[in-house]
Amino acid sequence: MQPCLSFILAESFWMPEKAAEGAHTVDALFAFIFWVSAFFSALVIGLLVLFVIKYRRGAQRTHGEAPSHSTALEITWSVIPGILVIVIFYLGVRSYLTLTVPPPDAYEIRVTARMWSWSFAYPNGHIDSELHVPVDTPVQLVLSSDDVIHSLYVPAFRAKKDAVPGRYNRMWFRATREGTFDLYCAAYCGTGHSQMLSRVVVHSPEDFQRWLRDASDWRSRMTPVEAGRMLYERRLGCIQCHSIDGTPRIGPSLKNLYGYEQKFTDGTSAIIDENLIRQFILNPTAKVPVGYAPVMPSYRGQVSEADIDALIAFIKSLSDRGPRITDIPGPATAPTTAPARPPQ
Amino acid sequence: MSWLFTLDHKRIAIMYMVVILAAFFLGGLFAVILRTHLLTPRGLIPGNPAKVAELYNHIFTLHGAVMIFMFIIPAVPAVLGNFVLPLMLGAKDVAFPRLNLLSFYLYVAGALFFLYVLLGGVLQVAFGIHLPGGFGLDTGWTFYTPYSTDKTASGVVAAVLGAFIMGFSSILTGVNFIASIHTLRPPGMTWFRMPLMLWGLYATSIIQILATPVLAVTLLLLAAERVFGVGIFDPKLGGDPVLFQHFFWFYSHPAVYIMILPAMGIISELVSIHSRKHIFGYNFIAYSSIAIAVLSFFVWGHHMFVSGMSNVANVIFSLLTFSVAIPSAVKVFNWLATMYRGQIRLNTPMLYAVGFIALFTIGGLTGLFLGALSTDVHVTNTYFIVAHFHYVMMGSAVFAFIGGMYHWWPKITGRMYSERWGRIAWTLIFIGFNITFFVQYVAGAKGMPRRYATYPEKYTGYHRHSTAGSYILAAGLILVAANWVHSLRRGRQAPPNPWGGNSLEWHTPSPPPHDNFAVRPEAGDPYDFSGWKESADGAAWLRAHQPA
Repeated sequence: MQPCLSFILAESFWMPEKAAEGAHTVDALFAFIFWVSAFFSALVIGLLVLFVIKYRRGAQRTHGEAPSHSTALEITWSVIPGILVIVIFYLGVRSYLTLTVPPPDAYEIRVTARMWSWSFAYPNGHIDSELHVPVDTPVQLVLSSDDVIHSLYVPAFRAKKDAVPGRYNRMWFRATREGTFDLYCAAYCGTGHSQMLSRVVVHSPEDFQRWLRDASDWRSRMTPVEAGRMLYERRLGCIQCHSIDGTPRIGPSLKNLYGYEQKFTDGTSAIIDENLIRQFILNPTAKVPVGYAPVMPSYRGQVSEADIDALIAFIKSLSDRGPRITDIPGPATAPTTAPARPPQ
Repeated sequence: MSWLFTLDHKRIAIMYMVVILAAFFLGGLFAVILRTHLLTPRGLIPGNPAKVAELYNHIFTLHGAVMIFMFIIPAVPAVLGNFVLPLMLGAKDVAFPRLNLLSFYLYVAGALFFLYVLLGGVLQVAFGIHLPGGFGLDTGWTFYTPYSTDKTASGVVAAVLGAFIMGFSSILTGVNFIASIHTLRPPGMTWFRMPLMLWGLYATSIIQILATPVLAVTLLLLAAERVFGVGIFDPKLGGDPVLFQHFFWFYSHPAVYIMILPAMGIISELVSIHSRKHIFGYNFIAYSSIAIAVLSFFVWGHHMFVSGMSNVANVIFSLLTFSVAIPSAVKVFNWLATMYRGQIRLNTPMLYAVGFIALFTIGGLTGLFLGALSTDVHVTNTYFIVAHFHYVMMGSAVFAFIGGMYHWWPKITGRMYSERWGRIAWTLIFIGFNITFFVQYVAGAKGMPRRYATYPEKYTGYHRHSTAGSYILAAGLILVAANWVHSLRRGRQAPPNPWGGNSLEWHTPSPPPHDNFAVRPEAGDPYDFSGWKESADGAAWLRAHQPA
């Protein structure tokens, strides 16, 4: 009993890792309420068991009369819980305000949620589907949503805020250690809700600057296929709904999409080419592959022509009917259907 | 035929019982399917992940919506309240018997419509079977905008109509109970000599008639927006999605007390009668019911602490929320004081009462984590919430309902049930319940979000633990049903007063005749048990002194 009990009472049994300033105030309040609850649960359940045994019918004792009311007792057991809940209320407000009122010099990142991915826009214009932040620096997120209500939740920071269409919500935190932490969507948002996962990567300030610089000038350093992969994985978050290994997710896999025949829900079918891929990105509900729902949001206005070109190049590279992109085709002896080398 | 057009509150109660227990079975069946799916991180339901996620969303919506709108809200008032309230009042029937029948048919019509839509959606997503109009619902029982108005392809308008109709049934029952309690009390029954069950039902009825119309209006606005594009909630049309949450919780938080207040009324009866002792602190329990009913209207904002409400509003709602803790605590301590120095018989109804007190204590105390702002921000919309409301709804309201069913079963059916199997089933349910739901507090505190069709692997252990418990819980509930069915066929004849209670329903045969009482009875103190003594074989309680 003893080891079992101490196990349940340990903080690590209840709370996830801590990685933000102020998280300890939440944990301290959690522990305080936990002990209050444990005490009263033990009291009530202990008395229940005691009474059920001691005052069971036929027990060898005289039951004696007990009063049927006592104003003094009623006031006692109203006032004591009353004082306790006021203390808890006060501690909750104090801890909440430290967690929600950002310092004026916070680094600001603009967060846009959409079904079912996150986009984090940094002050220099870079957009990423993962949240990268410097350690020991106050970071403020300004959240909104393109479609329905989502909720950004980082358990390690004890931080959560809804992303609501048509309004801006704020949250802030100061990460206290480097590492990678889970980021969830906590407000139910439809089919892909449980796949709307991302990460918070906490860097040292120097690493953060390096990461931001490298991430920002990706276009000048990358081939179109690499740039498309970057857009797919990080910037647009296509990866949330489309795999590249053939497994269907919310949407079809991008593997062997290009060059193959595809049936659509309107009964038509076509071989996927550049024009169709472009249409899928800009007007996704016009033609929906059989077996999938018309749920993909349009990326019109969020992608440039160069982005679309890069995505098309990337998707073509995933198909064994795509073009060869690494070798210059030799004379007539070279096979014309040589598979494209999959990106590493 | 004589049943379908009956105006007898007892028969209407029994018809309600059949339909509501069927809804409970259906909601429970889908709960077990959900828990089974969650045995593995990617889910056990086979198929295309998008389809599986869609199916999961339809099923969790169905589970929640059926359990709330079709089971817990009507369970205690419509089944036990309908049967017992006129008997406790020494009356022939409720004040408006025809309205009572109308309310039953509204409930059945709304429920069938609702179920058709929701089950139709499950069939469509799971098997590709298209029922006309059966578009299902995948918004969660909360219908949050703008997902419900703008994005989902499911049958929001039809489902909303079903809930709307059931809401009217709820309002009419509330009107009926209030009128009955005001006008039908027998000689000798002052307000403060009413059985506490009646106080619970009275407080519930007040909430039903004041809050349910708000839900009705909200649901109509939702339908108007979805059909006609009226811009109330959708920001694209100039509306505010958070406004919907305010409207919705203005009903749905008080609705939580529609579920728990009559349950508390049952517990007051059970604890006193089966401890053979006068209820402790009658006035405080009665007043606390009214206090909870009134306060319940001012706390809805605690569902929205992370929605972007101002910090000032959050602080005020947090403070108001804590005020509900006090009348709830008062009730628990009064029940304990009632048991003190009693002569407790741990029969099946009393086991459920004891289970209620224990689980309500845990469920209520974990509410403190949610009323306090900073801890709420961390655990809201996680499994911690799921655990909390299952402790309060299932562990408390359903425990009280089942306990009340056992308690009044002899009165309703004229048959006794098997104590032995009743106790075995209780043990399974109590253990299974705690295995299922306690671990969800931990999973939630660790960060596991709710309404996830798949989940990160680190939460697998918690989910398996929970699923294992749900099977034990389900087995216990099936045993309860088997016990009741067996009792109907083979149960011993019930005496008029199997427990030695003194409220008026125990002063008439089991089951009561059509007009309930041969002569209009006079009410005494419902918790003064000194006028009854146990028969030699312990099977019944007889009057200590035959009235002259």
